[in-house]
Amino acid sequence: MLTAMLAIGTLAALFGLLLGFSAIRFKVEGDPIVDQVDSLLPQTQCGQCGYAGCRPYAEAIASGEADINQCPPGGEAGIQALSELLGVDPMPLNAEYGKHTEKQVAVIDEQVCIGCTLCIQACPVDAILGAAKQMHTVIESECTGCDLCLPPCPVDCIEMVPLKKSISRWKWPYPQDTERPVTETTE
Amino acid sequence: MVTLLEQPRRIPGGLHLDANKAQSLQQPLRACSIPEQLYIPLSQHIGEAAEPLLEVGDEVLKGQLVARSPVYISAPIHASSSGKIVAIGDYPVPHPSGMQATCIVIATDGKDQPVDTGLKMDTVFDADPAEIRQRVRDAGIVGLGGAGFPASVKLNPGPEREIELLVINAAECEPYISCDEALMCHRPQDIIDGVRIMRHALNARQVVIGVENNMPQAIESLQRCLEELSEDAIRITPVPVIYPAGGEKQLIYALTGEEVPSQGLPLDLGIVCHNVGTAAAIARALLQGEPLISRVVTVTGEGVRQPANLEVRIGTPVAELIEECGGYTDEVARLLMGGPMMGFSLASDAVPAIKTTNCILAASYRETPQATAASACIRCGDCVDVCPAGLLPQQLYWYARARNFDNIQDYNLFDCIECGCCAQVCPSHIPLVQYYRFAKTEIWSLDSERQFSDMARQRHEFRIERLEQEKIALEERRARARKALKPKVGDATAKQAEIAAALQRVKAKKEAQSAGPRNTGNLTEEQQAKIAEVDRRRASTSGQP
Repeated sequence: MLTAMLAIGTLAALFGLLLGFSAIRFKVEGDPIVDQVDSLLPQTQCGQCGYAGCRPYAEAIASGEADINQCPPGGEAGIQALSELLGVDPMPLNAEYGKHTEKQVAVIDEQVCIGCTLCIQACPVDAILGAAKQMHTVIESECTGCDLCLPPCPVDCIEMVPLKKSISRWKWPYPQDTERPVTETTE
Repeated sequence: MVTLLEQPRRIPGGLHLDANKAQSLQQPLRACSIPEQLYIPLSQHIGEAAEPLLEVGDEVLKGQLVARSPVYISAPIHASSSGKIVAIGDYPVPHPSGMQATCIVIATDGKDQPVDTGLKMDTVFDADPAEIRQRVRDAGIVGLGGAGFPASVKLNPGPEREIELLVINAAECEPYISCDEALMCHRPQDIIDGVRIMRHALNARQVVIGVENNMPQAIESLQRCLEELSEDAIRITPVPVIYPAGGEKQLIYALTGEEVPSQGLPLDLGIVCHNVGTAAAIARALLQGEPLISRVVTVTGEGVRQPANLEVRIGTPVAELIEECGGYTDEVARLLMGGPMMGFSLASDAVPAIKTTNCILAASYRETPQATAASACIRCGDCVDVCPAGLLPQQLYWYARARNFDNIQDYNLFDCIECGCCAQVCPSHIPLVQYYRFAKTEIWSLDSERQFSDMARQRHEFRIERLEQEKIALEERRARARKALKPKVGDATAKQAEIAAALQRVKAKKEAQSAGPRNTGNLTEEQQAKIAEVDRRRASTSGQP
């Protein structure tokens, strides 16, 4: 009887120590799900989802607070990817949060700009270059097209323009053959 | 260790197609006349577009550098003839999209006056390989087989790589195209010189020229040239005729029996493969000082009167090439750049011939039948039998169709060479290659979007961190300022004592001042009497005004 109790007790103590050690040694910082969700979001940091950026939205999705269909820049493809990651049914984009558009970039009309720096403060990715009372300009390759610089501009000199079509960005279209859809045999 | 097979192998899959090369080989290779205007696109190669160096209105000479390469994977552009730059802007270019891209337009003056390019090397076979690579790069030479990858990059295997085998690709397997064959028949010397330069630059142990065995004249011409030069270290190996034996990986397999690893490079096997036209271009650049400003183009098909191989200046509009070959026949139905298997339709003949243009096919309806409406896949498996890359075309098709871009990569989509064999044999006429191309560009675009969003995340996180740091720095500054103010608002008694001391000091100072001599002190009696008198007078006068 005593041996059994001792044995069980020792084992319990051993496992307790092991678990305690593992809890400290192998502690995972933050929520890995949040990182995974965040990596699927388009990182425009536009806040159209109602959260202050992509990471807060990822946190809200991970905690079950927000739906996966609140990100207009991500569009249907983004929702599809999120539904696959989280194992939930895909749903259509919630129109309340906006419509999915082609990628755009901000362009500052440099003739009109008064150099107030308000847009620079609004830009979530530091894609606007300039200084007080100096003309500002947008670094096109860094602009995520989030629209956040539009409202603060006191002279309305910022415009969103679609990306210029070029051969390097051209994609082969989906083949338009006349075959009837074969859904029943797809694997 | 790579060894050349005694008997070249037959590649897996592939198709026996009608060669249709005789039409364009009836006439000897000749130079195309200089067009009035040359439209030279800035992007004719894989990699970044070149950057223009000159402006509208500048005079240029033949061979003069007009656009430089901004990065390593790029190629400079030279003027194909002398004249004046009349425009730099968007013009139609040969591309499946039919879109426009930046071109330099040169109005030629007909003098064809050359410039000294400084590319010529007198002692090329003693030169440092790095020097040769630099000249090849400066000459704007790209792979002339079709892909247009900068040749100098492929001549640079890296310091620790030993090159076992240099393969010269002369197995021009696609029907109708005969530009390499014409080059071999008419300019074997250029080819052999170029091969020797490449062998020296790569320090390759063995060299083999792989030729399809239905080109006896070309083989004989090269052989004769080798004999004249008593060059016995370059082997010419005829390979069995099958499409696509001229694919880089396919030719390597036929010659050595080795497979290039999936998504790998021939370099992984110690092999470098260059096109025969590239070899000739390198010889012309390094031995004659002429950059890549012209190439051989096959103009053929039932849609053109006198099919031929032409030496064409880069930038010559396709319409001029057709004109040079006697113009269109009434049968012309479709204009293709490249062959019937891998070429693409041209929307207009205003586009120029570029560095990668090997063939202009003016095809009749008989030659390129209209695409028949596709029906459902019946899973016959014919496509699997003909795939030279050993892929499962049917499986790739399903995934591309369903836009399942993860699974399609598990089936090695990127090993597909887009040869078109599967689509050719498909009894349901499914445009399979179009599906693969669609999937490839879609995956590339998704990848670049992912990269962009990663970059945006990084920038955003960095910004948040910076704002945080700025806030902390501000707090610290404020704290420091408060600290500096502290002694002044010290305890009250000390302050009062200080005030009292200050008052004391002022008082003492005042007393010291008042103790000083005055002009009313030490007066004599006489002076005092005078003062008293004046005072009296004043009093009396003030009393009675």
